[in-house]
Amino acid sequence: MTKTQPNNTRDEALLALIRKLVETPGPSGQEGLIRAAVLEEIKAHVDEVRTDALGNLIARVGTKQAGGLRVMVSAHIDEIGLMVTHVDANGFARFIAIGGVSPLSCIGGRVLFMNGARGVIGCERLEPNSAPTLEKLFIDTGALSREDCPVSVGDVCGFERPFLDLGAHLVAKSMDDRVSAAVAIQALRALKKTPHEVYFVFSVQEEVGLRGATTAAYGVNPDVGLAVDVTRTGDTPRTVKMEVALDKGPAIKVRDSSFIADPRVVNWMVAAAKAAKLPYQLEVLEAGGTDGRAIQLAHAGVPAGCLSIPCRYIHSPSEMVSYADVENAVKLLVQLLSEEIKLD
Amino acid sequence: MSPTKQITQSSRKRIGKRQTELLAELCNALSVSGDEQEVREIVLREVKPLCQQVEVDAMGNVLATRIGSGQDKVQVMIAAHMDEVGFMLTQDDGDGIYGFSIVGGIDERQLVGKPVIVGREHVPGVIGAKAIHLTTPEERKTALKLEQLRIDLGPDGSGLARVGDRAGFATRFSEIGPSIRAKALDDRLGVFNLIELLRSAPENIDLLAAFTVQEEVGLRGARVAAYHFNPQIGIAVDSTPANDLPLYDEDSENTRYNTRLDHGPAIYLMDGATIADRRLAEWLMKTAEGEGIPYQIRQPNPGGTDAGAIHKTRAGVPSISVSVPQRYCHTAAGLIRKSDWEDTLRLLSAALSRLNSKILTPSEA
Amino acid sequence: MTIDLLPHLKQMLSAPGLSGYEDPIRDIIRTAWQPFCEEISVSRVGSLHALKRGDGPEPRPRVMLSAHMDAIGLMVTGITEGFLRITQVGGIDARILPGQMVIVHGQRDLPAMVVMPPAHLLPPEAGSGVVALQYLLIETGLRADEVEKLVRVGDVVSFAQEPLELGSSALAGHTLDNRVSVAAVTHCLDILSRRKHAWDVWAVASSQEEIGVTGAFTSPVDIQPDFAIAIDVTFAKSAGSSDWRTFPLGEGVTLAWGPNIHPALYTAITKTADELDIPYTREPAPSMTGTDAYAIQVVQSGIPCLLIGIPLRYMHTPVETVSLKDVRRAGRLMAEFISALPLDFMQTLEWK
Repeated sequence: MTKTQPNNTRDEALLALIRKLVETPGPSGQEGLIRAAVLEEIKAHVDEVRTDALGNLIARVGTKQAGGLRVMVSAHIDEIGLMVTHVDANGFARFIAIGGVSPLSCIGGRVLFMNGARGVIGCERLEPNSAPTLEKLFIDTGALSREDCPVSVGDVCGFERPFLDLGAHLVAKSMDDRVSAAVAIQALRALKKTPHEVYFVFSVQEEVGLRGATTAAYGVNPDVGLAVDVTRTGDTPRTVKMEVALDKGPAIKVRDSSFIADPRVVNWMVAAAKAAKLPYQLEVLEAGGTDGRAIQLAHAGVPAGCLSIPCRYIHSPSEMVSYADVENAVKLLVQLLSEEIKLD
Repeated sequence: MSPTKQITQSSRKRIGKRQTELLAELCNALSVSGDEQEVREIVLREVKPLCQQVEVDAMGNVLATRIGSGQDKVQVMIAAHMDEVGFMLTQDDGDGIYGFSIVGGIDERQLVGKPVIVGREHVPGVIGAKAIHLTTPEERKTALKLEQLRIDLGPDGSGLARVGDRAGFATRFSEIGPSIRAKALDDRLGVFNLIELLRSAPENIDLLAAFTVQEEVGLRGARVAAYHFNPQIGIAVDSTPANDLPLYDEDSENTRYNTRLDHGPAIYLMDGATIADRRLAEWLMKTAEGEGIPYQIRQPNPGGTDAGAIHKTRAGVPSISVSVPQRYCHTAAGLIRKSDWEDTLRLLSAALSRLNSKILTPSEA
Repeated sequence: MTIDLLPHLKQMLSAPGLSGYEDPIRDIIRTAWQPFCEEISVSRVGSLHALKRGDGPEPRPRVMLSAHMDAIGLMVTGITEGFLRITQVGGIDARILPGQMVIVHGQRDLPAMVVMPPAHLLPPEAGSGVVALQYLLIETGLRADEVEKLVRVGDVVSFAQEPLELGSSALAGHTLDNRVSVAAVTHCLDILSRRKHAWDVWAVASSQEEIGVTGAFTSPVDIQPDFAIAIDVTFAKSAGSSDWRTFPLGEGVTLAWGPNIHPALYTAITKTADELDIPYTREPAPSMTGTDAYAIQVVQSGIPCLLIGIPLRYMHTPVETVSLKDVRRAGRLMAEFISALPLDFMQTLEWK
């Protein structure tokens, strides 16, 4: 069901928030701009906010009341990107990936460096029928020579692509995981009453190995944890078989290749979705991991799960989500955090 | 009352606890082609009280005759094979480890990681596989060959078996929901059905029951059994593959299912060994339609049953096959629907009652 | 009291308990360990912690015995015309799956089996040779409408192979990895119940070893042991498996030697084994061991570890085979080692 919805049924503030977040650059390790953007959006609504040693933005809402728990909700604000490894005599910049970058989706792409420089990605001549590798690719900044080149070894860029509103579906680079950050921000703002001490963590360096959530979970030391992240779908032509599809509601993760979601958390999420009469899908993801794994391993262990936003074309410059799924994810997250949590 | 209900009720009548227990006993017995003794003993025990003549012939077939009391009787031979696919130990590596060969047709990919039983004592063993941790990705893409596999009877298992012993999958018969899961349903279903037909054979026929050997290695038992009986009509009752699984590419349609579960007994028109006698096919289909019994035509395909041997015997015998559709034939565990089994028995029983020699006279057309 | 190991082990093998879904097996282990222990609790990620107090003066030193209880298996990824599509939980060679008996833990437990569709129903090439996991299906014997009612995506699937006694001393079945090690811990507790020991013994049935060693990363935080012994299965020699990573079946346990292992602890336990004539082989573990010891060693400030291996044939298949002799040896070796531990044992460990 992908009929375009009339614009007047959509929350323009949410759309503007998503646009703002996806268009702010922030590859792993370079989350300064996006962190500031998030802080701007939440600071009026939180009881306490801090940035930890790795750069995670950690905001508390509510205090623990009878029957309440310390809950950590983690949405990562970093995105995949590139780092320059060498600039040749003619000014072409070679690079490596930050996070899981596919060479196939690089060619012809445009990049924006953190220092403001821009460039396009070109490719060496390939043998017939061979797939490109990152070693065959280079960034052309328009420079005439090494000396003229605006970037040098170690400079970091993200992909550049404007937000695209297709009505029922929204497209952007870095929907992974800015759409989840938007969900967390909306839920944070909408959370009027909670028995819990909720720590909203906007985590860094997820794409390079859940590093931000690892330290954030240690610092927060939660009783229960939820990642909010995107997940793959099986609803495009001849793709991998997977039950998750766009427009069928947010997904409740049962497992991915990094961890088994705590079954008690899964049951809690399913019960909440049913109670709020929200559509949901159960997710078994055979590749990929989320902050949920990092939370699970904190201290003596934490019951952890993940609320997923179904997303097509993950790690391409055109990641696609369903507006309705995003809205329902916000509602589900608010529902999850508003009531007492029974894990059994 | 709906027609479905009626079928269910009559199924209760025909397939009860006693019937299921006998089928279970038959399936759990080990009876690899060439060593059918375990099933033969069960068959002899069951058919002796029902028949005027019972003998075991030179190959080990059980030939049982139940003579009808009516006039103008038809001599009908029904064959069901007692043997099953399995293994023979061929090499003793010491320490309870044995090399083995396949008897009949089993896909080598079905062997690894399975428990087995060996010999008349059903000594338990396993067909092991290298730990996944010790394999390379390349290895895991290569199917294991029979030569790489061993039957392991445990570290103190030497002396528990010897080269030449037969072995089979250790699967135990079980009922799951509307289905039955067991090894050797091919053709213990036929053996069971033939025993049941002897129990209630109509008086208008002489029922010549051949419980045959060595079907899985070339329809060898049925050939001599048919020569011995010299019948007017031959029927093989067997089990045939139901490949009614979903296509991976869901945009297309599965056009090669052979038979489908829940569609009733499968009547053969042609397989690799036999072109069925059309008059017999008409007789079976008309019976089914008249009695409200569902049936299906087995897709004309390669494969074969004892009918392939029977119809070429002496001056020729009009022959046909009726099978119970079965998923996963010739693996550790096949699966059938109880309703298909029941309907097969009903069809055969009703058809025999309607039989007279007129159906063999050439039609006016 | 003494525990008869074979029925104890068979009872454990009949209980499901896939990684993350260990409740059924945990209940059985809890019942088995209860008589020997003063305190039993469950960690936040589902590991079972049982304390058998020593008789030394407080604060007593603590040894943690860690045997993972979780099982490998399958998980439902989709439902097609009444058949289930699946993925693996833990490492499974797809070649062993066609024709395997399983139980689907749906709304109720459904007996079922893994089936390999005929080649003509699969994409070109996918059906010849090894049929990959993504093409295999589960057959429940139920009609499609019933399946839709009873099964959902994410339901876990256990192997259903009944344990099989081979000869007089061997047992075959699924999930012997690592329930045999839990049985060895039970045996150890059983022996210790009739012996004096100064140290506190924390028996741990750890969760989710097969998925990222989750339990072993977290239990030491609760228990704070002075050192730990991980018990897991190792590779037994069999047809096609005979290199340096494999060990004879029924001829003793292995004691791992490598970076995950504290060398002085290793020396100490081999001394016990030598004195008591408990047969063992040194198992070279040149980098990581892929066991609980790998995780426990690096928790917090670091924990000295030992790893005892019980040789097992056909690992991660439903016909894993062990010798009960080796299981008893593992239990006895731990009990003897622990009961002889002096209170100042940690101070005697020297790097040399």
